[in-house]
Amino acid sequence: MSTSVPTSPTRLSTTQTPVIRQRLGNGVLALVLLTAPAWLHYVGGYNDIASRVLIYGLAAMGLNLLLGHTGGLSFGHAAYFGLGSYGVGLMLKYVTHNVLLALLGGTLLGGVVAAVLAPIAVRRRGIYFAMITIAIGQMFYFIAIRWQAVTGGYDGLTGFSRHTLHLPGFSWPMNSLGFYYLVVGCFALGALLLWMVLNSPLGHTFVAIRENQKRLTFLGLPVQRYAAISFALSGLIVALAGGLNALLDNFTSPNTLNYTFSGDLVVIAVLGGMRNFWGPLVGAAIFVLVRDYASSVTDNWMSVIGLIFVLSVLFFPLGIMGFLQRKGKTA
Amino acid sequence: MNLVLIFNTFNGLITGAFYALLALGLALILGLNNTINFAQGAFMALAAYFAYSLEPSLGFWGALAVAPLLAGVLGLVVEVFLIRRLYKRDPLYSLLLTFGLALIIQDLIRTIWGATGVPLSIPESLAHPLSQTYFFLTGYRLFVVIVAFAGTAVLFAVLRYTRLGIRIRAGNADLETVSALGVNIYLLRTANFVIGIVFAGVAGILAAGQLGLEPTMGDGLLMPAFVAIVVGGVGSLLGSLLGGLLIGVASGGTTAYFPAASEAVIYLIMGLMLVIRPRGLMGQEGLFE
Repeated sequence: MSTSVPTSPTRLSTTQTPVIRQRLGNGVLALVLLTAPAWLHYVGGYNDIASRVLIYGLAAMGLNLLLGHTGGLSFGHAAYFGLGSYGVGLMLKYVTHNVLLALLGGTLLGGVVAAVLAPIAVRRRGIYFAMITIAIGQMFYFIAIRWQAVTGGYDGLTGFSRHTLHLPGFSWPMNSLGFYYLVVGCFALGALLLWMVLNSPLGHTFVAIRENQKRLTFLGLPVQRYAAISFALSGLIVALAGGLNALLDNFTSPNTLNYTFSGDLVVIAVLGGMRNFWGPLVGAAIFVLVRDYASSVTDNWMSVIGLIFVLSVLFFPLGIMGFLQRKGKTA
Repeated sequence: MNLVLIFNTFNGLITGAFYALLALGLALILGLNNTINFAQGAFMALAAYFAYSLEPSLGFWGALAVAPLLAGVLGLVVEVFLIRRLYKRDPLYSLLLTFGLALIIQDLIRTIWGATGVPLSIPESLAHPLSQTYFFLTGYRLFVVIVAFAGTAVLFAVLRYTRLGIRIRAGNADLETVSALGVNIYLLRTANFVIGIVFAGVAGILAAGQLGLEPTMGDGLLMPAFVAIVVGGVGSLLGSLLGGLLIGVASGGTTAYFPAASEAVIYLIMGLMLVIRPRGLMGQEGLFE
């Protein structure tokens, strides 16, 4: 027990300052998110784009559990995003008008599929793992575009919409404002889950896998099993984000299953900062806003996105949060 | 035997030979440049569009010879100025970089040549159907198969017998030692990357002759190549060749019974392969991990 007590005062202070700063940061973030609808339109924003930022942010944070914290380079997480989307769409269309139930269904669909595929995918690591995850993702893409009767094929799934949520005591309107707060709630839930996982022994094991897989194997840990757990959890969170995305658009496109979207999620995480808890949210904000702006002013917005990829790789390998943190340390 | 099945299986063999050609360039770059080149599909499309522009002046054969080299020059620029800077980093970064490049190239193609598809005309002598009983064989499809096998044979001969090829293979096995022996590995990797891109260019033009040109054509070509590599085993060019043929046949055979699944089945095979034999048909244990 005595070893766990911090022995030197310097150590104490270096661990305490970030905690205070972190809490402060989280509080500010919560305040910004909760009040956003009140001031967004002054800065040229609107509720739906804020929802989009949070949804992509949640998806990238979920992916980042595997990518940044466990060191598994997945390029196929669009699959779970898309499964969540189609799950929600199909639930709303055929089963229930309750958005929460539909979300639960979509999230579970993506999460369960991720959990089933995870043990297969984690059999290899590195570049191989990336290629396997891409290919698994593409399989779902082709199923979605070919199984027209269920998925609507290339045109995507339509014919569902958000209905006002009737809870005991009050009804929650699903207009863009009401929906935004649903997104905030789901985002908070997902972020809390990720936070709890990362600060648990399980999360430390994930980070240890990233840092030195060989050593863990020598220590007798079933590395593949832990990597699979990380994969499944990350798929679950991404599926929740995908479900929300379907609700936001009242539509589900097969493009959310395509590997290009997986790439978008990876670059969002990298751009924001893979080693930072909130990094992917920062990346999502930049990505969504730049895409929204670029596609309104130029037809060549794809080049702009491509340029973001290239520049972030060349100049911000640690992401924006990593860059800021490093600056903060040297200052 | 079921004639439809035979017909589709033969067809699949032809498609498979083509997949193998796609996979070889990718596998080459993966091996020595340690890069999953996501822009491979975009380079294929680019070479095909170059051929489309050159064809009126050079003819099909001239375009087929020159356009891949032009793509190769662009590949040279990309390797020297961008990818080379990332060799010391996690493979994630080169993957993302090439992914971004693919978007940019695709967008450029759309800007220059337009978003709608155009056909690439093929010589009259290749357009005739040769056989329609056991397999649908036009002269062009036969030509594609011949080029696929000839290209593979040339590549293997180069890798086996030339100094460059021996160095590339040695670099695949142990780059550090090769460097210590006095080989300029930067130059070697650049050469390797360019060869891979030229291969992609040839494959892209051949694909365009059959399927026509579209800015997004590379997307559909890239994925089977990935699957061929994983099925065949990373690190083995022969494996990529066999992997390409195998998924081609499987895809063709499936078309006979369940056409809607003809694309998804190759991913299924890949999944099965990973369960039964994770390193692929001919892959080495533990490479790139």
